[in-house]
Amino acid sequence: MNLEQVRADFPILEQEVNGKPLVYLDNAASAQKPQAVMDAMTQYFRETHSNVHRGAHSLGDRATALFEGARETVRSQINATSANEIIWTRGTTEGINLVANGFYRSLKQGDEILVSRMEHHANIVPWQMLAEATGATLKVIEVTADGDLDQQSFRDQLSERTKVFAITAVSNVLGTINPTQEMVATAKAVGAYTLVDGAQAIPHLGADVQALDCDFYVFSGHKLFGPTGIGVLYGREDLLNEWPVYQTGGEMIHRVSFEGTSFQKAPYRFEAGTPAIAEAIGLATAMRYLDDLGHDNLREAEAALGRRVDEWVADFPGLTRYGQAQNKVPVLSFWLEGLHPSDLGTLLDQQGIAIRTGHHCCMPLMEHFGIAGTARASFAFYNTVEEVDTFFQGLQRIQRLFTGK
Amino acid sequence: MTTDTNFTNTELGTDITTEDVRDGFELLDDWEERYGYIMDLGKKLPAFPDDERREENYVHGCQSQVWLIHWKDPESGRLYLLIDSDAMIVRGLAAIIMIALNGRTPEDLLAVDIEGLFEELDLMRHISPTRGNGLRAMVEQIRATAQQYT
Ligand SMILES: Cc1ncc(COP(=O)(O)O)c(C=O)c1O
Repeated sequence: MNLEQVRADFPILEQEVNGKPLVYLDNAASAQKPQAVMDAMTQYFRETHSNVHRGAHSLGDRATALFEGARETVRSQINATSANEIIWTRGTTEGINLVANGFYRSLKQGDEILVSRMEHHANIVPWQMLAEATGATLKVIEVTADGDLDQQSFRDQLSERTKVFAITAVSNVLGTINPTQEMVATAKAVGAYTLVDGAQAIPHLGADVQALDCDFYVFSGHKLFGPTGIGVLYGREDLLNEWPVYQTGGEMIHRVSFEGTSFQKAPYRFEAGTPAIAEAIGLATAMRYLDDLGHDNLREAEAALGRRVDEWVADFPGLTRYGQAQNKVPVLSFWLEGLHPSDLGTLLDQQGIAIRTGHHCCMPLMEHFGIAGTARASFAFYNTVEEVDTFFQGLQRIQRLFTGK
Repeated sequence: MTTDTNFTNTELGTDITTEDVRDGFELLDDWEERYGYIMDLGKKLPAFPDDERREENYVHGCQSQVWLIHWKDPESGRLYLLIDSDAMIVRGLAAIIMIALNGRTPEDLLAVDIEGLFEELDLMRHISPTRGNGLRAMVEQIRATAQQYT
């Protein structure tokens, strides 16, 4: 893989911010889009746009073909069995809410929902609401000092009472890669429904839902180098066909009368209203783009960045890293002695370096480490080793100027 | 106990004025100096009483913690502020806000063009609604407080 060529596919990276070349290290919040994605969407708007699934005209047929073709692309990229298992959502958050909503009538007092302390709020709050409404109990898998999931805590809390097991495959704060496949298998053995939050995993590791063997898998387009406003909920087809509908209205119905309404099968029963057509096409284009670059090449490029980060961190006085798991994606959550993360963010921004600061929508995890937030630099394959150096040199400069070290 | 002198014992908005801040900024060349100056201003924030760091005094912002309390001098009718934050740049920006607003009557306070000042100092991005650092919310809260007394 020729990195220079790859970078040229991301025109947004070629700009100056505050008079310095942009160094974009906020990829875990949202990744940049390759030209191919923008082109596919523009071309769709210029040549094909029309509503899907309903036109009695050629444009509508072509739009539908592109839209359903995008669904098939996603199916093949995550290795689902059928395109009917691919539901378009607005993103990870909506996917989780859709699944949680399906439990409102079936969960009851005494049932348990098991999540972990490193979950994004999107994989906590919908379950908390569900527990409140049904009388079920929300249980939490603890995290070790290194930032791994505590497997003892997992085994201790899993039981026949566990009806839902919802876990992130990769931590957005720590970068930890969780042993999701084993944990899903263990949870299924006690009869729990399993949901995997793939928002952070899929951009780095891809996804194979048959190998994972989970009931549900969710992710967002915008973190996967695709557009905002689109995401995917994968679910097993038999399960989806009996899963309670979420939003209702047009597109998702089979027959409507004032005596009663019947619904379509999956995926349409979960896609009420006109969908985000261009965005779905954009997301499929992004996934094909990554596939063309080659997932092994992407992993290799990222591993090189991760190693450079490790080298710097190993010898950086005053820098505390959160997340020391053996198995991780290139994310650095840290605290620099004597400087609040929010100050760091501002001072790095002055040097053209974009990171994120705060609790990263993971307040319970922050509590675990006894901090209010961290500064987080998150890397993507289009970042360069030179950018890693620029980032750490920027930190050194800030440290020297503002902490007197 | 927070007493009146907690509030009045400061140079911000009295001895130090927005003119001084403008003059100060004029002398600064690059971002290092600018932010160094801002952080130095933050060091002038009067001490914030520990027991006032309570939920009801907390200004909700995303990235840093900000606390705000006020006291109205019954004799002069002037409003005095105390602000605290755990982030140095936010403290510095809070000091600039205090310099502009502290120790004024509610009417005078409401007439101050804080946005104009921040624009002039090229700091607007810090109090624009897009930055989740609580400063915007703080300015709005101070104005709402002043409004209550008019
Ligand atoms: C692990 C994880 N889950 C869920 C989400 C929510 O994703 P979205 O905001 O795209 O719905 C995020 C985004 O930050 C995330 O990192």
